[in-house]
Amino acid sequence: MAVSEAPRKDLFKRITRNLGILPILLIFFAVFWILTPNFRSFNNMMNIMRATSINMVIAAGMTMVILTGGIDLSVGAVAALTAVVALKVSLTSAYYLAVPTALLTGMAAGLINGALVAYVGLPPFIATLGSMTYLRGAAFLLCNGVSIINSNLSFAWIGNDYLGPFPWLAVIALLVIAVATWILRKTVYGMRVYAVGGNIQAARYTGIKVRKMLLSVYVISGFCAALGGVMIASRLYSANGLIGEGYELDAIAATIIGGTSFAGGKGTVIGTLFGALIMGIINNGLTILGVSYYTQQVVRGIVIIAAVTIDIVRNQLWKK
Amino acid sequence: MKVADDKILLEIKRVSKQYPGVRALKDVSFTINKGEVHAVVGENGAGKSTLMKILSGVETMTSGELVLDGKPIRLTGIKDAIDLGINLISQELNIAPDMTAYENIFIGSEIKSNGMLNRREMRAFAQRLLDSLGATFSADTYAGDLSIAEQQQVEIARALRYDSRILIMDEPTASLSERETEKLFEVIRGLRARGITVIFISHRLKEVLEIADAVTVLRDGMYVGTMRGDEIQEQQIVRWMIGRELEDYYPDTSGISSGTEDYFIVENMGDNENVFNVSFSVKKGEILGITGLVGAGRTELINLIFGILPKQTGEVYLEGRRLDIGEPADAIKLGIGYVPENRRDYGLFLELSCAHNIVINVADREPISRYKILNLRKVEEVAWRAVKARNISTPDIDREVMYLSGGNQQKVLLARWLEARPKVLILDEPTRGIDVGAKSEIYQLIAELAAQGVTIILISSELPEVIGLAQRILVMRGGRVVTELTKREQFDQELILAYASGIKNPDYSFEYAEGR
Repeated sequence: MAVSEAPRKDLFKRITRNLGILPILLIFFAVFWILTPNFRSFNNMMNIMRATSINMVIAAGMTMVILTGGIDLSVGAVAALTAVVALKVSLTSAYYLAVPTALLTGMAAGLINGALVAYVGLPPFIATLGSMTYLRGAAFLLCNGVSIINSNLSFAWIGNDYLGPFPWLAVIALLVIAVATWILRKTVYGMRVYAVGGNIQAARYTGIKVRKMLLSVYVISGFCAALGGVMIASRLYSANGLIGEGYELDAIAATIIGGTSFAGGKGTVIGTLFGALIMGIINNGLTILGVSYYTQQVVRGIVIIAAVTIDIVRNQLWKK
Repeated sequence: MKVADDKILLEIKRVSKQYPGVRALKDVSFTINKGEVHAVVGENGAGKSTLMKILSGVETMTSGELVLDGKPIRLTGIKDAIDLGINLISQELNIAPDMTAYENIFIGSEIKSNGMLNRREMRAFAQRLLDSLGATFSADTYAGDLSIAEQQQVEIARALRYDSRILIMDEPTASLSERETEKLFEVIRGLRARGITVIFISHRLKEVLEIADAVTVLRDGMYVGTMRGDEIQEQQIVRWMIGRELEDYYPDTSGISSGTEDYFIVENMGDNENVFNVSFSVKKGEILGITGLVGAGRTELINLIFGILPKQTGEVYLEGRRLDIGEPADAIKLGIGYVPENRRDYGLFLELSCAHNIVINVADREPISRYKILNLRKVEEVAWRAVKARNISTPDIDREVMYLSGGNQQKVLLARWLEARPKVLILDEPTRGIDVGAKSEIYQLIAELAAQGVTIILISSELPEVIGLAQRILVMRGGRVVTELTKREQFDQELILAYASGIKNPDYSFEYAEGR
């Protein structure tokens, strides 16, 4: 059979290579496991998952965008706007349309981002920096600058209920990761995402409709950000213009820690999952240890730089 | 030609360079004398550029030794080389277009007084350097406004600024016109008169014969030999470079019978900029060569046909049907394949695997995918089959393409297009930068494809290649087809060059002969 013709000795290489950032995740996990008894409980594991879930969802979309060599700075603002939209709709008689409307709003925002990047030719950083600003403004305008509250929220189960022992937030996040992984690995579309990010000129010469591809990843990212917004709103029973501030940076951090190349063409959503978990575990572990918020921030920043540095060094070693 | 001083300046001793999966240089040893113009020649992929990069500190060697003035030297970076008076002028010039000539010359070694830039002195110094090179432009000119030849002078001036003793030039004449080349040679002669040693790479033997005091030939990463002074002989250089006789290098394509009817027709193709009213037709299974000098509009012509550039005029017909091509995806669907000239920029996905690169064109076809969902086992199967069939040497199909040698990369690209089973395959400089062995394989492949009825359009500026493979040759100049050569006895380098360079007036008789 054809597969067995791959030399055996490469198998080990391939596996260790594809592990990516997992060893670092395990190291952090082990350190906190040893240091803090409270860290070890099942409940705490679920806490980590719940706290990380929103970042995972947004970062999954971010990974798609970064894989094409782009970036989406607007995801935090999209989350805010869509959370407000969801709350607004939930207070009307058409409350059952709250989630679909929010998701469509996110996709529409992504469509505009994508059109600016793919058809107008704006650099992704600029296009989404603009939309990050105007979308957050729009979110504030829509909620008149105050929190909209709905204590009888129809979709509150998303943020608060469980599927068996697992919080729905975590289940949804893992589902999003699984679907995104499947798309990237198993579909023609996924293959083309890597191609566009790997070499946009070659992608064009090889018959890939590059503009449509670029447009689509921003729509996906908008969808993911909107789902994140819905998840936040459902957890809080409320929404306001401040939601999701800085989430774009968390999503970018998770993606990059997870080994996705900023230049595009290289990376996996599984890596992003690990990246998000590393950040989640650090937040959780340090909080349990009683480390101050400010110190945590310092640690997080160092971890981002260290993780990517290790990744670069390791890749260089592989080349030899 | 007399060597200024027979004393050895630089000894290259058993230098080897190993890249992942490729041995670029193997035990290369030879010496460079003081004040000589030393040409390093060899086929694409012979290791010339790698050697130059090692000599100039851009790359480090895997093993070996460099001895300068009898003392072993260690180059860990470009800075080391510059400190020793060794400067590289690479093929892609290192010029900041938005800075002036003098700023370019002094980047990194600015003249300061009291911690502030002393622009007046830099400008004056730069102007003196440029004047000494026979430059006719002001040091205040923005580098982006200079011609390639003038930019080269800026780079040479920068090297002289560093008191260069050895100037290494990687294919300095590649993008120069004949007149500019002549001028560059004057500069080089001037440098030699000043006692500066010049090492340069060239593909063009005529130039080498004209200016070099010594010629070293590399082949497949190995040293073949060095000739000095009167020993320098064109025939011998060619034999060393190729390592075998030319005759058995190209497959015999004369026996391939092509169809009798026009199969693929291009009419009045043009963009009113680089390509004007180009018409030609190709028969089924025919190999049509299109040649010309750099800037003749060959690549642009293909880009218009393939839908990469917007055309202003022109139609394309295949099998009697007019094709509506708006973008490459359309062309591919209609059965046209295009292996572009610059495989790294326009062809390959370097960070992606061989498998990914090979199947990308056919990923949406059965059996590789169904309803746009990939069958990963089929992907592997197809990729392995292609790797075997095209003799691509890679440890496995998951290996990223960037780790393969140039020849294998090109075979991956060809394999991609063969999977798409095109009716017409356009190859733009298919053997640029690859080694002799791979070249020969690619020639075989082209001949096989033609024999199977695939129509081939071969664009190449390597005349022996066009002459060796094509059954008919179009020569382009200034965006137009200036002649069509249909008979073997017309396939002559000098005749083709005469048309390509404009020495011979365009011959449009073929247009009438075919009743157009």
